[in-house]
Amino acid sequence: MEATKGLKAKNMFSQNAIWLVLIVLILAISVMDVNFLSITTFRDMLIQSSTRLIIALGAAFVLITAGTDLSAGRVVGLTAVVSASMLQMSDYGSRFFPDLPQMWMIIPILIAIAIGLLVGLLNGFIVSKFHVPPFIATLGTMVAVYGANSLYFDMPPNNSQPIGGLRKDFSHLGTGSIGSGDFSLPYIVLIAIFVAFIVWVVFNKTTLGKNMYAIGGNIQAAHVSGINVAKNIMWLYAIAGALYGLAGVLEAARTGGATNNYGNMYELDAIAACVVGGVSTTGGVGRVKGIIAGVLIFTVINYGLTFIGISPYWQLIIKGLIIVVAVAFDIRKYVAKK
Amino acid sequence: MTQQHPYLLEMQGITKTFPGVKALDNVTLKVRPGTVHALMGENGAGKSTLMKCLFGIYKPDEGEIFLDGRKADIKNSKDALRHGVSMIHQELHPVPQRSVMENIWLGRFPMKGVAPLRFIDHKKMLQDTVALFEDLNMAIDPKQLVGEMSVSKIQSLEIAKAVSFHSRIIVMDEPTSSLTGNEVEQLFAIINKLRARGVSIIYISHKMEEILRISDDVTIMRDGKYVGTWQASELTIDDIITRMVGRDLSERYPARTNKPGDVMLRVDKLTSIHPHSFKDVSFELRKGEILGIGGLVGAQRTELVEALFGLRSIKSGAIFKDGKQVNIKSPGDAKKNKIALLTEERRVTGIFPVLSITENTAIANLGLYKTKFGFLNESKMKVEAENGVQKFKTKTPSVNQLIRNLSGGNQQKVLLARWLLTDPDILLLDEPTRGIDIGAKFEIYSIIIELAKQGKSIIMISSEMPELMGMSDRIMVMSEGRVTGILEDKEASEEKIMRLAAQHGSQAG
Repeated sequence: MEATKGLKAKNMFSQNAIWLVLIVLILAISVMDVNFLSITTFRDMLIQSSTRLIIALGAAFVLITAGTDLSAGRVVGLTAVVSASMLQMSDYGSRFFPDLPQMWMIIPILIAIAIGLLVGLLNGFIVSKFHVPPFIATLGTMVAVYGANSLYFDMPPNNSQPIGGLRKDFSHLGTGSIGSGDFSLPYIVLIAIFVAFIVWVVFNKTTLGKNMYAIGGNIQAAHVSGINVAKNIMWLYAIAGALYGLAGVLEAARTGGATNNYGNMYELDAIAACVVGGVSTTGGVGRVKGIIAGVLIFTVINYGLTFIGISPYWQLIIKGLIIVVAVAFDIRKYVAKK
Repeated sequence: MTQQHPYLLEMQGITKTFPGVKALDNVTLKVRPGTVHALMGENGAGKSTLMKCLFGIYKPDEGEIFLDGRKADIKNSKDALRHGVSMIHQELHPVPQRSVMENIWLGRFPMKGVAPLRFIDHKKMLQDTVALFEDLNMAIDPKQLVGEMSVSKIQSLEIAKAVSFHSRIIVMDEPTSSLTGNEVEQLFAIINKLRARGVSIIYISHKMEEILRISDDVTIMRDGKYVGTWQASELTIDDIITRMVGRDLSERYPARTNKPGDVMLRVDKLTSIHPHSFKDVSFELRKGEILGIGGLVGAQRTELVEALFGLRSIKSGAIFKDGKQVNIKSPGDAKKNKIALLTEERRVTGIFPVLSITENTAIANLGLYKTKFGFLNESKMKVEAENGVQKFKTKTPSVNQLIRNLSGGNQQKVLLARWLLTDPDILLLDEPTRGIDIGAKFEIYSIIIELAKQGKSIIMISSEMPELMGMSDRIMVMSEGRVTGILEDKEASEEKIMRLAAQHGSQAG
């Protein structure tokens, strides 16, 4: 009985250690500069975390199957450009499509998400049908998607000019909030929370979610259990792609523009956040709660260390250390079992 | 103390405690020079822990190790090698992309030249390897890639490697688990040769017949404690089992209370797409019947049941269930036709190690838990998993436990529970008790018989002759992909099964 209790306490600790790290980090920064503890900073950090969280949640669908997705950042870039190109003000000087009529905002958004989904589906197809290792398959689409995006971005009359002059209603999606002043809640944060909830439901309450853990836990046993592994993998990569698509739309809306370089290397931040948040690189393990903490930790490091005036180069070193240490701890759990 | 010490190895009063468990409690092992010493006990009896103490992987809390009467302090496997102690593992770990000789001399290649220009002396390495194999009477090409070799050849290679270290004590962990009858004979010939030279072998195996044939002394352990050491010639299989289990197992197999009924499955001339796999396999399986499949390694029994389950493709032939022909192309199809499979390699194709018992139980039949809106009802999953745990007396603190923390027998029970939730008519069991200790085996047997009694049809592959005869209503024997005979329970004998199993399949009628 005592032993079980001890074990439970230990489990509780190891599952929540990441939150502890987050709190300690916030406290440490606050000790250096008490101004850090303000509603404004926290709201800023939540806004910064929103799109990252959506991308990280997308990447988690793939990581938990013991795969990886390098195409995330470039898909964000592509969908940011596509949605921005169709959502410019009608009186803006250099429009991407000069004669495009005004349409419901939701249409370009859905188009962008659908593009993300298709890229994801392609990734899943290459991985599950041709058995190309996910690292290579998504490396290929990552490069190709950037090429496609650059071609689109370079079409006349745009000729690789940054896309600006976005419609007010679209920008409002990225920068507006419910309520006003200190207690306002940005839409983008609400969207991220909503997405996190949906992903939690998919992970925990659907067949697809259970199959995802099973495939990552032991792909052969999943096959023997009668799971259609190929079909599930395609769906999981597709959902990941759709989430990158949504993140791309929000990035365009938040920043009020887009270029073909948007999203560059975001996949690495997403993977890092997942891994630090307890998603196992060997597959089968990962929870939404942990991923949220992982994303927040990196935001706090970025924002907080800048806040107290630490060089961004030092931030990179600290980030790198955290990633390696987190994975080393994770792997240790499995090595110790032998 | 005399010059020639009576024991080559003495492990005395070894005690090792892990948090919450006393893995070894005052264990003694005394090995005479030039003998084969069998170390026996159920899984979890502490055999591996004891060996890990010998190799310095674990440091015992108490106790001492003597080699030739001198106290030895072994800190790691390198130390052990220096003391002439080496081990042939159950799972071999050679470097498959490299040649035989490189594998043998890995880490200690013969060198030539002067520092810093020192290079590997391939010629000497080849000569040394040839000499080593000649000495042991092994027919192995030193230049062959290890990846191209059979398991038995790789094992011979590992033994040769141990000899090349001038080992005086060689530990063999389940050395025959993946060998055919003929290969076992070859292994025994090598063991006899080593024994004649004064090398002592510590032989770990679950196969009683083998132990009684090859070993001189037998040490039995139970629950981390030393039970005793006997001369093999004084022991019978029943003696060993009684001492390993610690209670009298008057019956190794529960009474069969199932009553076979009408034909449930008919397989007609089933032939694999692979030319060297099963061919023209025909048989019938009745409702509530246990059909055993016997044969040697390479008989293609696993391939046959995996084809029935849709994991392998067939070229021709047909499967009829309840009189209707069924087309099974994937495990999903098999599930729809109410066929379930417990695979041979529990860890490779059975369990999801990082998932809980609940998830491991639910995974093959998630449809059962869908609510009106298509979401999964987790509390129902837990209830079903708990039912499985109770029904099969699975030992676990809770259904939230990760399955990898359970013993082999308990993992097997969870997998049985998983497949029973799909409500199968036909259960294919591929070596269902492999790597499971005797007590748990008996429980699994009882479950199988109970299922047959309920009217489920069971096909059970087994390589253990007594198990086949103790459990099956009929025994189908295969050799080289063909059925060489089907025996009724009453007419079956080890000799008959062996003769059919060794028959050339291609000559079968």
